[in-house]
Amino acid sequence: MKFIKHEIPQKLITEDGLRTDGRRFHELRPIKLEVGILKRADGSAYIEQGRNKIMVAVYGPRELHPRHLALPDKALLRCFYRMASFSVEDRKSPAPSRREIELSKVIREALEPAIFLERFPKTAIDVFIEVLQADGGTRCASITSAALALADAGIPMRDLVSAVAVGKVDGHIVLDINDLEDKYGEGDMPTAMMPRKKEVTLIQLDGQWSIEEFKQGFELALKGCEQIYQLQREALKKRYIEIREQAAKEMGENAENT
Amino acid sequence: MPIYFQSKDIVLPGDLLAEGDYKAGTGTFKEDSKIYSAVIGLFEIRGKILRVISLEGTYIPRPNDVVIGKIVDVSATNWKVEIRAPYLANLPAANYFDKPIDPLKSDIRRYLNVGDIIVAKVVSFNRAQDPLLTTKERGLGKLRGGRIIEMSPTKIPRLIGRKGSMVNMIKEETGCRITVGQNGRVWVSCKTPEYEELIEKVIRKIELEAHTSGLTDRVRELIRKEKERLKK
Repeated sequence: MKFIKHEIPQKLITEDGLRTDGRRFHELRPIKLEVGILKRADGSAYIEQGRNKIMVAVYGPRELHPRHLALPDKALLRCFYRMASFSVEDRKSPAPSRREIELSKVIREALEPAIFLERFPKTAIDVFIEVLQADGGTRCASITSAALALADAGIPMRDLVSAVAVGKVDGHIVLDINDLEDKYGEGDMPTAMMPRKKEVTLIQLDGQWSIEEFKQGFELALKGCEQIYQLQREALKKRYIEIREQAAKEMGENAENT
Repeated sequence: MPIYFQSKDIVLPGDLLAEGDYKAGTGTFKEDSKIYSAVIGLFEIRGKILRVISLEGTYIPRPNDVVIGKIVDVSATNWKVEIRAPYLANLPAANYFDKPIDPLKSDIRRYLNVGDIIVAKVVSFNRAQDPLLTTKERGLGKLRGGRIIEMSPTKIPRLIGRKGSMVNMIKEETGCRITVGQNGRVWVSCKTPEYEELIEKVIRKIELEAHTSGLTDRVRELIRKEKERLKK
């Protein structure tokens, strides 16, 4: 494990148009997605996006406790976004912070429209998001992998949800901002959507953006989400296709033996 | 009216399956005369009905399902049964006894107590009422001995096979007694514990490879290999 120490760079973007991690403006960080990593959860997913490392577990639909929270006509979706105390440079207090509680809420609201909650009245669907290592854009990475974990749990959904944050850095609109760009850039805009119909389920914006910049940023977010959506699809299918191939191989072997 | 996938293709939530004059079956939904998949699963065409057989998911009770449950609570005339669903099921005493009983005179705990395992049939279930069970049919009632193996409920149809072909094959090959609950619980009782472990192995294989074809043959092969090993 390398010890990562950030130095505040003089410039977030070099003269030849490269960002602090060597990316171009419209480039995503390398993304690794895995589904079904936790045996005891109903659904689970893991994402590495740049130096972000996030694990998501989904339980449910299951019996809801305390009972009085139950909704008579649909399932209750509960999200718990939590950062491990070792996920950031200075130790984070393990107590839930204001920020974590708020992110739990916005993530829940970003996922809710995609799920057929009305098919499971009086039950609960729980989504646990554990940020193991944070490097900017964790809420978006959380949504991306939570959508996979929900699909892995077999919960009926209208679509997956893909999310990415665009930012304004040194006057440029850039895709998928990292921690440095988030902290020292001029603004960020996390965006989540259901890619099939391009329905936006989360959009936040901070910093000062002109209307033109916003439009440009939103277009970029659309493109970013589309790329992430393709990665999500691959990750979901991969496991089943691998097993199929293995099974075909085994059949060949059995045929040879007889 | 195009269909965009073939039978047995793996589809994902939100995938456009077909347009036009088709019916949305389980695992799908309809939006402006287009049919989409709602879950990750295997696409299936049944005439005009399009379905997606989910590969994951918790058990949701349906009438006429045979389930294996555990008694968790007893009142004067009713048992509460845990059936691995988001809802606790009810087994009223009247659905267990052939003759009416007087709750003042007899304690129904003497027949079924907390912790007992039963095979039961779902009579009804809707959003207004918790699932209702009955044991008044042949093959239903309290289970004694054997062991319970849990598996993913979505893969139970694969364990049963077409008209019971898979489970009957397993019974024949091993000589074990097997009862399959739609809720993902399987009760097995064999001559030796080794055979029960063999069946657990078989179930894990079916669970993992539920979406592949030619599974029955591979399972038979596995059982024969394991039997050879046990003989030694």
